[in-house]
Amino acid sequence: MTEGPAIVFDRVSKSFTRPDGEPFEAVRNLSFSIARGELVAILGKTGCGKSTTFNLIAGLLRPSQGRVLVDGHDPFVEFDWFRGKVGIVFQNDRLMPWRSALENVALGLELNKVARDERLAIAAAWLGRLGLAGHEHDFPHALSGGMRQRVSIARAFAGKPDILLCDEPFSALDEHTGNALRDEFRELLRETGATGIFITHSIEEALRLGGRLIVFERPARIAYEAHSLAGLSDAEREAVRAGIRQVLAADAAA
Amino acid sequence: MPNSGKPEFGCGERERAECSAGAVIVGAGSLHYPATHTGQSKTMTTTTADRGLRLFGRELKPEGVYALVGLATVWQIASLFVPDYLFPSVPQIATRFVEIFSSWQSAYNAVATGARILAGLAGAFVFGALLAIVMARSERVERYCYPLLNFNQGIPALSWVVISIIWFRGTEFRIFFIMVMTTLPAFAFQLLDSYRSMSKDLFEMTLAFRPSRYDLFRTMIWPTVLPGIFTAWKVNLGNASRVVVVAELVGATGGVGYQLLQQQQVFDMAGAIAWTIVLVVFVLAVQGVISAVEGRALRYRAAAERTL
Repeated sequence: MTEGPAIVFDRVSKSFTRPDGEPFEAVRNLSFSIARGELVAILGKTGCGKSTTFNLIAGLLRPSQGRVLVDGHDPFVEFDWFRGKVGIVFQNDRLMPWRSALENVALGLELNKVARDERLAIAAAWLGRLGLAGHEHDFPHALSGGMRQRVSIARAFAGKPDILLCDEPFSALDEHTGNALRDEFRELLRETGATGIFITHSIEEALRLGGRLIVFERPARIAYEAHSLAGLSDAEREAVRAGIRQVLAADAAA
Repeated sequence: MPNSGKPEFGCGERERAECSAGAVIVGAGSLHYPATHTGQSKTMTTTTADRGLRLFGRELKPEGVYALVGLATVWQIASLFVPDYLFPSVPQIATRFVEIFSSWQSAYNAVATGARILAGLAGAFVFGALLAIVMARSERVERYCYPLLNFNQGIPALSWVVISIIWFRGTEFRIFFIMVMTTLPAFAFQLLDSYRSMSKDLFEMTLAFRPSRYDLFRTMIWPTVLPGIFTAWKVNLGNASRVVVVAELVGATGGVGYQLLQQQQVFDMAGAIAWTIVLVVFVLAVQGVISAVEGRALRYRAAAERTL
């Protein structure tokens, strides 16, 4: 791991071309940095460029302008360098249907050339930790939505990544399951010391995570920011909540 | 059921229904299941055990056996009223069938046809797969190759027989060429479509782990195209069995097609049917093997208990 911030966005813009040929700007001149071990929730309305930002960090998209650095390296260009360093939890579980729960969790370790016995032991331990002991050999279709999402969380954590990216991972779950997983997720992040980026469109979810909060307006740029949410009093949290709502309402009206 | 007082982790309404098989809440609010509980008990597969005979891993349904017995019965009845050279009796056909396998010289014809089918399909699969890979990697190549494959689809098998007889000398190469040319497009199209239908979400998820090219193929692309490969083999097997008979009929001195020609020349209907059955049995046996391998390889697939 190199010195400096874990993630740097330096005047990043990203444009797409619509099917009708018209350009569409998803991210405009976005700059921010995230320190190592920090948990940051990125909040914004649907279509504000959160997922594009997520994909830029994950190295799945190349910026149209500006520079993205993750651990001092370009995640799009330096493809191999990031092997085993980044874990991702997607909005849907994205489990491989042909692999058992155990094999799905072990995927990242397998691609990182961890020995078979070792990776299966690690995967089984993570499944047990997330309440899925006894389901190691179940295929995804035999698991419920909540169970599948837990498998995908286990998959992201199993490789001990330095950076963990989450794109609305609990949005498809019921409130009860979502809250339980969220608390577990925050605890896991704290234990592993990984840097966490959490994309969400829920104000309450962002506040509950308790780290730093960034609110995007369209096209993705920072419209509001709050730090150390865990240490805020109820009144301060309410003020943050009101501030976020004001920004989101202004974005909707624009 | 003991409860630690913490949230019942992952047991919402839907999960409660699905977790009914003895889920126990222990420790820090996590759901644990008895060691004996496996996903197999929850998979939505139709239970067919103890219902009938199994061959190559597939259940032999009694209805199929009844249908074949019914056909033989109708044929036998017809043979009582129609001359033998049109409708030979079932025992006559059975005798000729047994005779085919009573001497190596005769059985060799069946083996030769089987080998030609498999060799032709293997060749078409290799060339079709290479073509599909090249087309998948280059849109420009696809723009050139796709119309050619479509054009090829329109060429009758018999035309390829004539062309191969004019072009080539060796019998085996002629038949191999005909088999490849007639079954290659289906392999190429099926593999290309399977590749194109790959889930973008899963592909991106795999890429996020930064796999090598080989690992990406092994963990993502191969499992995605595998069902298409099985389908292509099953579809092409039937086509190949028809094509090989035509090729042997016209351009070979051995094989089922050649033997059918011999039976036609001596007006031996029992022999013609016996040789036809040989080919059908071969195709069904290979289909069975493919289905057994497919069932094993694609066992992860869920099957709905209810059908329309």
